[in-house]
Amino acid sequence: MISGYLITILITIIVYAILAHSLNVITGHAGQISLGHAAFFGIGAYTSALLYTGGGFPFWASVPLAAVVAGVVGAVLGIPCLRVRDDFLAITTMGIGFVVEAVFLYLPFFGGAMGIGGINLPKWFGREMSKPEYFLLILIVFVLLILFDRRLGRSWIGLAWSSIREDEQAAEAMGVDVVRFKVMAFVLGSTIAGLAGGFYAHFLTFIMPQNFGFGQSILILCMVVFGGIGTRWGPILGAVILGILPEISRPIMEYRTFVYGLLLLAMMRFQPGGLLGEESTLPRMLRRIQFRPSENR
Amino acid sequence: MWFDDCSLLTGFNMLWQQLANGIAIGSVYALISLGLTMVYGILRILHVAHAGIYALGAYVGWFSFRLVGDFWVSLLFGMAGAAVAGYLVERFLYSPLLHLPRIAPLIASIGLFIALEEAFRIVAGPHTLTYNARIGLGDLSIGSFKLTETQILILLVTVVILIVLWTFLTRTRIGLAMRACAMDAETTSSFGVNVGRIIAINFILGSAMAGAAGVLIGVYDNQVWPTMGSIPAYKALAIVVLGGLGNIPGTVVASIVVGLSETFFIGVLAIPFPRDAVAFIAMILVLMFRPYGLLGKA
Repeated sequence: MISGYLITILITIIVYAILAHSLNVITGHAGQISLGHAAFFGIGAYTSALLYTGGGFPFWASVPLAAVVAGVVGAVLGIPCLRVRDDFLAITTMGIGFVVEAVFLYLPFFGGAMGIGGINLPKWFGREMSKPEYFLLILIVFVLLILFDRRLGRSWIGLAWSSIREDEQAAEAMGVDVVRFKVMAFVLGSTIAGLAGGFYAHFLTFIMPQNFGFGQSILILCMVVFGGIGTRWGPILGAVILGILPEISRPIMEYRTFVYGLLLLAMMRFQPGGLLGEESTLPRMLRRIQFRPSENR
Repeated sequence: MWFDDCSLLTGFNMLWQQLANGIAIGSVYALISLGLTMVYGILRILHVAHAGIYALGAYVGWFSFRLVGDFWVSLLFGMAGAAVAGYLVERFLYSPLLHLPRIAPLIASIGLFIALEEAFRIVAGPHTLTYNARIGLGDLSIGSFKLTETQILILLVTVVILIVLWTFLTRTRIGLAMRACAMDAETTSSFGVNVGRIIAINFILGSAMAGAAGVLIGVYDNQVWPTMGSIPAYKALAIVVLGGLGNIPGTVVASIVVGLSETFFIGVLAIPFPRDAVAFIAMILVLMFRPYGLLGKA
């Protein structure tokens, strides 16, 4: 059997992988920098928690509804933000993050600093799901999301996003409705983040505002950038590495955050495309290995 | 008669007191945000690590105060230390990243900020250090209205720095070149201006102001601590947007507006809301009606 410690790390990493993927839709595919992504993660977690504990909804309804609510809030907040100049977006999303965290912290409806407790793992076949089963459930959802992303990347929506990312003015000149596609990316990213939030709440069993603060937003962004912004597998690799890092760096506990900061800095300085970025060392090496047999022929 | 009403009179006094507090805090915000807006104006990057330089200024000031024992010397050292740090950051961190998409310098800046905060904690310890400097100005009280020594200090230093900065920008050739670069660096370069040097001067000036802000807050709160830059890191960004990114007078106005609204909403009206969210609420409200900031132009 897998130990409880390992399964806890695995579930945390898969939730982070979904989150990193959701931010990648906004930042990687459509090129819009968001510094407040944890807010939508939090909105999903709180919606799911409140529906489950207060509204008596089962897990199977509360988590999808959490995704819907996060998506709707993303649309309401995203439309004014995405209309302003692109540099403003990073800061306005950061502001949204702070305001959402403050709302969770200061409104008694959301449980204040104590958060919400008593959220359980889902039930199936008349019993509570075990943690390994829960992990498999999230893994299946994750694979479906990646398949959907692949499909989307090949569609005209994916093409429109690429054009906006590469050159917004040129895209507009070509007749792409820039604001509409930006909002679409923002809403889709928020929805997936809300879904991750629902899964996260039912796994942690209690949630607090601090789980969804600015630090968390930065961590998600770092996962995306670290692995390779805009690539399909990069953010997931980033989530795995930065998710495991706190566990394996326990011996250097004291200097962990310092090393983390330096790592980000060094990464941008020497591999700005991320680990799996198009021009980065690792993919180049892999390509070289791949092509070697054909050269010999 | 109306002035017999004691509560009204104390209320009136409290209003003045809050006004003084708000302007003092707003002045410090202005000193921090100005460097940020100048860097944005010329390089178009969001310099998050600026708040780390602010904290560095406070630490250098504290350390030199322990060595020398004179506040004004420690203020100068704090500014100089921050200026050197700002120059190094520009030279070795941002300059090689400028040709990349804007997210690369942003992430590098966040990484540097995290590393700086941790470095302060590792070197100087996680506890707060007291910065108990005697300045030699004395409190000022008119009736029951009182300005503390540190508030006078903040106002004095800010006004002097703002006048010097304004004179520099409007009356000198380098200042003219700086303003030209903020408008269009490429064209300015074609007129024979060394843009690299202008960028360096920009960082040195902005960082020195942030260092001064760090020393002032260190003395005002009588403490210096590793994460003192965390809140200014994002609040200054909100202020800079509020003032219209890259707009210097707008940034000063926005700083004072945020300082005042924080003290009034939290101190006078006692709204149960975190004061650090005020800047962002103001920013989002202003952006809805004036998408280019308070004094910004389209």
